Amino acid sequence: MISIVLNGEQRQVRSGSIADLVASLGLDVKKVAVERNREIVPRSTLADVALAEGDALEIVHFVGGG
Amino acid sequence: MSADQWSVAGRTFTSRLIVGTGKYKDFEQNAAAVAASGAEIVTVAVRRVNVSDPAAPMLTDYIDPKKITYLPNTAGCFNADDAIRTLRLAREAGGWDLVKLEVLGEAKTLYPNMRETLEATEVLAKEGFLPMVYCVDDPIAAKQLEDAGAVAIMPLGAPIGSGLGIQNRVTIRLIVEGASVPVLVDAGVGTASDAAVAMELGCDGVLMNTAIAEAKDPVRMARAMKLAVEAGRDAYLSGRMGQRRYADPSSPLAGLI
Repeated sequence: MISIVLNGEQRQVRSGSIADLVASLGLDVKKVAVERNREIVPRSTLADVALAEGDALEIVHFVGGG
Repeated sequence: MSADQWSVAGRTFTSRLIVGTGKYKDFEQNAAAVAASGAEIVTVAVRRVNVSDPAAPMLTDYIDPKKITYLPNTAGCFNADDAIRTLRLAREAGGWDLVKLEVLGEAKTLYPNMRETLEATEVLAKEGFLPMVYCVDDPIAAKQLEDAGAVAIMPLGAPIGSGLGIQNRVTIRLIVEGASVPVLVDAGVGTASDAAVAMELGCDGVLMNTAIAEAKDPVRMARAMKLAVEAGRDAYLSGRMGQRRYADPSSPLAGLI
C-alpha cells in the first residue's frame, strides 16, 4: 500500500497505475479527468502512469453549473 | 424566412439560448427544463468526483453530451491560474475545447476580475482553447478580450443570480456594435422580457441559469425563455419602429363621420 492525497484527502491505496485506481473506485474512466501533481494525465496514458508515494491526485467530472 | 443560425468558433447552432445546469431540484427537472428551453448548449461545472459514492447519478446520465454541447465553465475560480487549471481538466474530461471562462473578483457581487480574465484568455487561446468569456459590460474590455482570443464576448446584464435584468442597455449595445465575435448576455436575466431585451439589442444569444432554475415552474419558464429569445431576435431583425414623444393614430383620419 502507498499513501496518496486523493481529492484533498489522505488515502492508502494499492500501488498500481492510475487506471487501476480509477477502476477500483468504481468510476468510469471515460467520464472523469485526472490531474497528478498538478499535471493533466491524458486519458490514453492512465494505464501507463504508476502511482507513487505522496502523489496528489485530483479526479474530476462535470456537474451542474451556471 | 430563412433559418436564423449563429456560429461560434466555426460551430453553428440554431438555438440562441444557452442554459446552465445548476440549482435544479434534481437531474430529471434539469433535463426537462433543458428540453423545454430548446437549448443546444448547456454550461457545466468541473468538480471533484465523490470518491466515497461513485455510484451517485451523474449529469451525463441525464443530459447526453453527444446531443447537447457541454460548455465547461470556471465558476468559483477567483484567479487566472485556477481557471486555466480547471479548463485543462475540463478539456481532458470532455474532449472539447469550447469553454466558458469566468474569473470572479469577489463573492459578494461575483463581478469578473478583468485583469485575471484577460490574462487567462490569452493563455487559453495560446493553448488552443476556444474561450467564451464572461465579462463586464464595458466595450473597451470587450475589444481587449477579443484581441486576446475570446471567441465570444459574454457581458453581464446584472450580477450573477440577481435576476435584475439588463441594467445598462447602452453598454450592451455598444459591445454588440463593436464586436466581430458573437455577443451573449450572460447573467442577470430574471424573466422572459429581460431575455427579449438582450436579443432586441442585437445580441447573438443569452445565457442563463437561475432565472429558469429558481422559477416556481422551471420547465414552463424554460419554454418562456425560448419564446422570448426567439421573439426578441425576430423583433431585432424586423427593425423596430421609431419612437415618438406623442401619439400617432393607427386609424385613418380621412372619412371620419
